[in-house]
Amino acid sequence: MVDILFIGLSLGSILLLIALGLSITYGAMGVINMAHGELVMIGAYTAVLAGIYLGANIFVAMPLAFVATALLGWLIEAVVVRRLYGRLLDTLLATWGVAILIQQAVRLELGLTFFGIQIPGLGPGLQNVSVPEILSGTVAIFGEEVNAYRTFIIFVTIVLTVLTWWILYRTPIGTQVRAIIRNPQMAAACGIDVKRVNAMTFAYGSGLAGVAGVMMSGFKTVFPDMGTPMVVDGFLVVVVGGVGSLLGTVAAAGLLGEINGVFASVTNDILARAVVFATVILILILKPAGLFSFKGR
Amino acid sequence: MSFNRRSFLKSSALAAGALATPGIFHRAAMAADEIEVGVLFSQTGGLSIIEKSLSDATLMAIDEINSAGGVLGKQIKPLVEDGASDPKTFNEKASKLIIRDRVPTVFGCYTSASRKAVLPVFEKRRNLLFYPTYYEGFECSKNVVYTGAVPNQQLSNFIPWIINTLGKKKFFIVGSNYIYPREMAKVSKILIEQNGGEWIADEYLELGHSEWGAMVNKIKSSGCDVVLSNVVGDSVVAFYREYKNQGISQADLPICATVTSEVEIAAMGAEYAAGSYTSFPYFQAIDTPANHAFVERYRKFVNDPKAVTHHAMASSYFQVFLWKQAVEKAGEATPEAIVANVGGQSFDAPDGKVTVEAANLHTAMTPRIAQWKADGQGEIVEAYDHPVFPLPYVAYGETQDNLFCTAQGLDTSKLNQ
Repeated sequence: MVDILFIGLSLGSILLLIALGLSITYGAMGVINMAHGELVMIGAYTAVLAGIYLGANIFVAMPLAFVATALLGWLIEAVVVRRLYGRLLDTLLATWGVAILIQQAVRLELGLTFFGIQIPGLGPGLQNVSVPEILSGTVAIFGEEVNAYRTFIIFVTIVLTVLTWWILYRTPIGTQVRAIIRNPQMAAACGIDVKRVNAMTFAYGSGLAGVAGVMMSGFKTVFPDMGTPMVVDGFLVVVVGGVGSLLGTVAAAGLLGEINGVFASVTNDILARAVVFATVILILILKPAGLFSFKGR
Repeated sequence: MSFNRRSFLKSSALAAGALATPGIFHRAAMAADEIEVGVLFSQTGGLSIIEKSLSDATLMAIDEINSAGGVLGKQIKPLVEDGASDPKTFNEKASKLIIRDRVPTVFGCYTSASRKAVLPVFEKRRNLLFYPTYYEGFECSKNVVYTGAVPNQQLSNFIPWIINTLGKKKFFIVGSNYIYPREMAKVSKILIEQNGGEWIADEYLELGHSEWGAMVNKIKSSGCDVVLSNVVGDSVVAFYREYKNQGISQADLPICATVTSEVEIAAMGAEYAAGSYTSFPYFQAIDTPANHAFVERYRKFVNDPKAVTHHAMASSYFQVFLWKQAVEKAGEATPEAIVANVGGQSFDAPDGKVTVEAANLHTAMTPRIAQWKADGQGEIVEAYDHPVFPLPYVAYGETQDNLFCTAQGLDTSKLNQ
C-alpha cells in the first residue's frame, strides 16, 4: 500500500511542479499562460544542452534552467503579456501563439538551419538527459523500496513550494503580489508598482516551469512537442485548487495525483485518467470556484 | 507610341506565353525518360522524427537506382509529399499523387492509422502502395505490397526463444492502447500457451502517455519473470527509464520488445535499455559486409556520421528495389503490371534475402533477436537461418498450408470459424 501511495504522491508532486508557476501567473495576473508547457520544454532543453556543452548534471542544470526560463518569461511579459492585462481571452490566444513560436524555434534550431549551422541537442529529434548515479535505482523509506528519482522530485517540489510560500507570505514583494491578487486597482492606488511586480511574478512563475522541465527530463524524452499536454494537467490543478490559492494548488495536485496513482494501481491507467477527469468535473460542479478560493476580486 | 491598356495586356500575355512554352515542352520531354513515383511520409509533426528516416532511405534507394541507369532506361523522379503526422493529410496527399500526378506507385506511410486512411484511395483508383512498416497483419489488399514484418515474423521465434533459451515462463504483456499492440498480444498469447508458458497480465496504457509509475509497480509485484512490450512512440522511452529507476534489473526481469528499435534506444539513452531484447528482421548490428556498406551509404546520404538504421528504414530502402525489379519484369510502369509481377521478386537486402510472396503480397524475411548493449547497439543473439513466410492472419489460425489471404482476396469464411 505504501508503494501505491508513493506513486500517487510522486504523480501529485509532478502535477504541482507544473501547476505552481501556472498558478502564480494565473492567480496574480489573470493570465492564462498557454506557453507554460513550452517554458517547461525550454527547461528540459537547458538540461540537455548543459549536459552536452558543460558536462553538467541535473543539479547544475536546475539553477541554469531557472535563470534561462525566468529571463524568457520576463521577455514574454514585456513584449506580449504586459499589453494585454485584463483581457483574459486575448492573453490566452497571444500566449498560445508564443507557445507555437517557441516550439518551432527549438525545432528549427532557432532559425540557424537556414544558414547551415547545426547546434547539437536542438532540432526536431528526441533528446534525453541521464540521471546521476545517486538518483537512479531505489532508496529505502519506512522499510519500503521506492524510486530514488521520484523521491528527489518530491523533495524538490516541497522545497519550491515552501520557497514560494515564503516569498508570497513573508516578504514585502509577496505582500504586494497578494494585494494585486485581491484588487489590482486598489493596490496601484496604494502606490504598488503593479507593472514591475507583475513582471517579476511572471518571471518567477516561468523560472519554476524551467525547474519542472529539468525534473521532467529525467524520466521523459525531451522533444519540441513535450510541453503541450502538460498545460492541460497544469490547468486542471489550478482550476480545481482555486485561482490564486497556493494551498488550493497543493491540495488539488495531491488529491488528483493520489486518485490517479491509486486507480492506476488497482485497475488500469486508462480508467484512472477517466476517473481523474470525472473527479475534476464533480468538484467544479460542487465548488465552481475551486477547492480553496478567495471571495470576489 | 500609344500604349493603351488592351495592347499592354495582349503583349504581356504573348510574352508570358512565349516564356512558358519552353517549360511545357521541357516537361513533356522530361516525362519521356522519367518515371514519377510518390514518396509519402511525415516530414513535419510528431512522427516526423522516425518518418523522415524512412523518406531518406527511400530517396537513397531511388538515388542509387538512378545512378546505376534507372529503370527501363528511365530515371525515377520522386515526388515527395508531407503527410504531416495526420491521417487525413495522408489521405489528401495520396489522392493528389494518384489523381493529379498519376504516379504508378507510392512508397509511404508509417503508422497503421495513416495506412488505413490512404487504403480506400489506392483500392478505388487501383493504384499501388509499398508499405515498409512492421504492422499487426489482419489486412489483405491487392493494392498494397507489405515489406515490413507481420506478427508471426516477430513472434514465432521470439516467444519460444524466451521460454526455452532464457528460461522465462511467466509473461506480463504490456502495450499502448490501439490495434497493433492488441493484435500482437493476441498472437503472443497463442504462442506462449503452445510453448508451455503462461501470461499473467495484459495491460495497456494510453498512446503517448508517459507516466509509468503505477504500471511498473504492477509489473514488479505481479510475480512475472519476463515482460513482453508492445509499447510504441515516446512512451517507450519513459517506460524503460521508469523500469530502471524503480530498480528492476534487465537480468532478472528482462523486457522483450517488438517495437523498441535503434531509434527509441538512442532517444532514451542506451544505458536504460542495456540487457533488454527486441525481435525484428533487421538490426543495424547485423554483421555482414552488405549491411556495413548500407549503414555507411546511409550515413553519407543523410550527412550524419551518427545516424542509426532500423527495421522500417531498411524495408523502405529495399522495397524500392523490389519495385524496380517488378517494373523491369513487367516492361512497363502501370500499377496493374507492377502488382502482377511483384510477387516472387527477391532481393538481397541489408538484412539478407527478402521475397515478396505472390500469395499475399507480404514479404518473407528472416526474424532475428538482438540484445541491447550499453553502446545503444544490438547484439544478434538468435536468428533464423532462412526467411519466414509472412502470415498476416496468424492470430486467427492462419498457417502456410491454410492461407486466409490469397491471390483471390481474403477468404472471410475462415475468419468466422
